[in-house]
Amino acid sequence: MATKTHRVLPGFGLALGYTLVYLSLLILLPLGGMVLKASELGFGQIMDIALSERSLAAFRVTFGASLLAATVNAFFGLVVAWILVRYPFPGKRFVDALVDLPFALPTAVAGITLSTLYAGNGWLGSYLEPLGIKIAYTPSGIVVALIFITLPFVVRTLQPVIEDIESDVEEAAASLGASRWQTFSRVIFPAIAPALLTGFAMAFSRAVGEYGSVIFIAGNLPLISEITPLLIISKLEQYDVLGATALAVVMLAISFLLLLGINFLQWWAANRYKNEEPLEAAASRAVGGQP
Amino acid sequence: MSTNIATREATWVRRSLLAIGLAFLFFFLGLPLFAVFAEALAQGVPVYLEALKEPETRSAIGLTIGIALAVLPFNIAFGVAAAWAIAKFDFRGKSLLITLIDLPFAVSPVVAGLVFILLFGAQGTFGPWLSAHDIRIIFAIPGMIIATLFITFPFIARELIPLMQAQGKEEEEAAVSLGASGWQMFWRVTLPNIKWGLLYGVILSNARAMGEFGAVSVVSGHIRGETNTLPLHVEILYNEYNAIGAFAAASILALLALVTLFAKTIVEWRMKKETEMLATVLAPEKTS
Repeated sequence: MATKTHRVLPGFGLALGYTLVYLSLLILLPLGGMVLKASELGFGQIMDIALSERSLAAFRVTFGASLLAATVNAFFGLVVAWILVRYPFPGKRFVDALVDLPFALPTAVAGITLSTLYAGNGWLGSYLEPLGIKIAYTPSGIVVALIFITLPFVVRTLQPVIEDIESDVEEAAASLGASRWQTFSRVIFPAIAPALLTGFAMAFSRAVGEYGSVIFIAGNLPLISEITPLLIISKLEQYDVLGATALAVVMLAISFLLLLGINFLQWWAANRYKNEEPLEAAASRAVGGQP
Repeated sequence: MSTNIATREATWVRRSLLAIGLAFLFFFLGLPLFAVFAEALAQGVPVYLEALKEPETRSAIGLTIGIALAVLPFNIAFGVAAAWAIAKFDFRGKSLLITLIDLPFAVSPVVAGLVFILLFGAQGTFGPWLSAHDIRIIFAIPGMIIATLFITFPFIARELIPLMQAQGKEEEEAAVSLGASGWQMFWRVTLPNIKWGLLYGVILSNARAMGEFGAVSVVSGHIRGETNTLPLHVEILYNEYNAIGAFAAASILALLALVTLFAKTIVEWRMKKETEMLATVLAPEKTS
């Protein structure tokens, strides 16, 4: 421990200095500049822009679709993570690698492909539209694109946590007479819940800012299927720089809050893990006894 | 009833979970991936190859690779420097610094593009000075490189920080106390230890650099044959109802994504092997 105080290793000043200068130039200066630009408007005017009918509709579409997509991914992500960790099946390695496809595939490619698939004459759209389900060029299309883009988050945060569940906890619960469902809902689920919530929050946060994949499938009708990032761009293209900046600052503030929330969730998950309740307590809780 | 049954789901539950999970992945991942290539080849291989030969598609490929290469050394330097400071030393404000590095993951790409328009655009803070000196950043390649830097700089750092934290600093301290200089220590001890993690971060940041759409789109100005990267070119062709051209360009990006996934899987496998080897080497030391 004593060696830590007088640093043996070289390069601390250089490495930290470089990191701070680089971050300041690339991140803090530009973001600070944007906030400064927005301050030309003043808080009241920013709020007027953010609360105008068109902006409010865009926020509603953006957050509503993101919430739906993250929820769908929380459910299916849990199922996918579970089968990837627990069940053997042929081609599992391939499927596991494929889960990261949305991280690797450029969003524009995802956008044109999904809108082609779900358009009225597309492979999926041609089956769905006779049933009265229109996906492409509607708000539902936004949800589909966001499900694709944020699919890996829940799976990848859950996988290591499910792998870490000690099999003796489950065995203890079972030997005390818990049914498989009781063991899952009272022992396993509480253990993976923080990771599930973290994955959900990451998916939501990514979905709120997504642009590339959504614009191809959304239809982009103001008030109906226009997302906030697109509204920022259309303001910019109409030379309404201040209007675009006002919306961007609101988005930035929301991103900050989400990031802080995710950090808190991760901290909570890590700390919960440290004070994990004793095995017997968890097992007996599974059969409904008092720990 | 043996415990074996109660610690596993009933067969019908297992089968339905497998069916639900795999069906979800098929409809949301497998089918779109297949559709990219099917649409690109819809009118046969010759038409596909003809679409790829188009000069604007070629220049877009060139620019995409060029930007990715330009960004790479910056991202490596930042990733290694940030990870060295954060993983090997204690200082105040460390968690704030880590949060700051995560920021581009949370900020919308559109906002990332906009901030540079506000700085370097015609009406931006440095706009008058730049135009007086005839320097173009926005609607030109420098702006696209800067926007890509903003989006991709965390990837390598995020891989290296936990890796270097896990490795500790004993090996480097031993090298230094045996008289190695800082650079000798870095090249002979640190770099060999982190090479797979570094490669992993390079793969991820490269995939994002080549595929970035929103941020680059905002600062590019969409000048055909000049500031068109491959993802932006996909958009232009698609909006012109040139489906074959758009999907031909998209198929290159999809192939790139598959190469990324493959390389990533190989590197993951190597890293796992290495940590297992390390664990078996260290295990006897710990027990003695």
